[in-house]
Amino acid sequence: MSTPVCIGFIPLVDAAALILAVDKGFTAAEGLDVTLVREVSWSNVRDKLNIGLFDAAHLLAPVAIASSLGLGHVKVAIAAPFNLGLNGNAITVSPALHAALLAEIDGDRFDPMATALALARVVAKRRKSGAEPLTFAMTFPFSTHNYQLRFWMAAGGVNPDEDVRLVVLPPPYMVESLASGHVDGFCVGAPWNSVAVDLGVGHILHFVSDILVRAAEKVLAVRQNWSEKNPEVVAALLRAAFRAAEFIEEPQNRAEAAHILAQPERIGVGADIIQRTLDGRLKISPDGTTRESSRYLLLGREGAARPDPVQAAWLYAQMIRWGQTSWSPVALKTAMAVFRPDLYDAAIGRDGNDSGVRGTIGAFAGPAFDSNDIAGHLAAFKIGRHNP
Amino acid sequence: MPAESSPKIVIVDESPVRAAILEAGLREAGFTGVSHIGEMQNLLARIYELDPDVILIDLENPSRDVLEQMFQVSRAVRRPIAMFVDQSDAASIQASVDAGVSAYIVDGLKKERIKPILDLCISRFNAFSKLQDELERAKSALEDRKVIDRAKGILMKLKGLTEDEAYVLLRSTAMREKKKIAEIAHSILTASQLLK
Repeated sequence: MSTPVCIGFIPLVDAAALILAVDKGFTAAEGLDVTLVREVSWSNVRDKLNIGLFDAAHLLAPVAIASSLGLGHVKVAIAAPFNLGLNGNAITVSPALHAALLAEIDGDRFDPMATALALARVVAKRRKSGAEPLTFAMTFPFSTHNYQLRFWMAAGGVNPDEDVRLVVLPPPYMVESLASGHVDGFCVGAPWNSVAVDLGVGHILHFVSDILVRAAEKVLAVRQNWSEKNPEVVAALLRAAFRAAEFIEEPQNRAEAAHILAQPERIGVGADIIQRTLDGRLKISPDGTTRESSRYLLLGREGAARPDPVQAAWLYAQMIRWGQTSWSPVALKTAMAVFRPDLYDAAIGRDGNDSGVRGTIGAFAGPAFDSNDIAGHLAAFKIGRHNP
Repeated sequence: MPAESSPKIVIVDESPVRAAILEAGLREAGFTGVSHIGEMQNLLARIYELDPDVILIDLENPSRDVLEQMFQVSRAVRRPIAMFVDQSDAASIQASVDAGVSAYIVDGLKKERIKPILDLCISRFNAFSKLQDELERAKSALEDRKVIDRAKGILMKLKGLTEDEAYVLLRSTAMREKKKIAEIAHSILTASQLLK
């Protein structure tokens, strides 16, 4: 008899391992009868997971931490035993802002420090001429997109809370808002950056892997008490997701994976766009320029699926930096305990390929991150709400 | 309820019918300051303009995430906003999620004033989805009747039956095969298409 499991997801490419685990029959082979529910907002996914309508969910890593800390909503302890994706976001800007940045840039256009300094000059010029501040969109207050965008612009001297407008937009509305001029740029996951480029309304300025070498993006989240009551189900789910991630990472399987993910009830965009995302070979300009990166989106390779508590600590530090919470040693411990490599290891085993990459954040600016010294990390940054 | 103490309520809903049902219910209950936003462009600016105490939004609306931004303290926000529930109110969240509605309440509005608004919204949302179910059923009943009429016509023509005899034949076949009359009628229509 198979165990029913209800899982919520948002139609984004980093739900791939979860979707493939079900659609390739890996969950069924583990004795699970999984129902995938496509959702329209992160708030819905969070609420339905928290109150038990979902057993598990494709979730923004920072939301799992925020729920466990009781930030923004009810406090429910969440466990994240599996990374569904590392990196995978990109910053896309309008053709007008892209031209303005390139006119100001001093250095390589893929160097985030060079673009951030160029942004600071564009912002200063606009202020002088009395123009409206630039507007950037991201997907959720507790999102890597929010922190990546802020980290990048602040490194160039742009205060994200004062010098520009930062707004939340649901991913499906991003492209339209860029085209209509409501926003000048955004940070979002796949496929939306590519959709903007294909429609000729945006240029991909950065892969977020330019900003952070390794960032936990989406997790497979479960309620902690549910995972305690259902350890076998959790383990079965992790094994199926791991098998799916391995399947996707084999280049010869990518076309099949992209085809499955493109189905309207799954992600619902063209298979070609999804395949470009999986391959890390993106068209970055409407003129057809492409850029390739082996770090664009990691779905399982290089130990990407194994949760790393240092990543959770980094996300918690960003929440402090941007005024979403205040520093406490207890909260840090809680945040780090959300990421559960122990559950991952119990289900899948240590495959040994993650040695040497644990604890790597690899930000382009500031000192190397040390989860034992959050205060020191924050003190290194001038801009932020942690410095009143 | 005197008008000056009635909280300002904004309904964010792309369905004009459901918004109207909700609005009417709230007004009947004495909440006079009710407005509706049906257009999602620049949602936050529209909300700040109306400066509501309570915001109601359906769960099928992706713009819920936009409202979450109001929890964040930023220079654009005039007042902090919290969801209606506190930690002890899991049952209220459950009821509202089940009904498909979410409420955001500006801090400072007393809890006892929020409860009746929310209860009313949940019951109206439930009433709306029941209404939709009934509409769907009525629509499919109408469809069924059309199909049955056409199947009767085919039987009358091919077998020289009266309308009543054609209907009796449909019904007895349905009973024998443990199917709905509409299903048998559908089969007859499909078969006659094939044999044309």
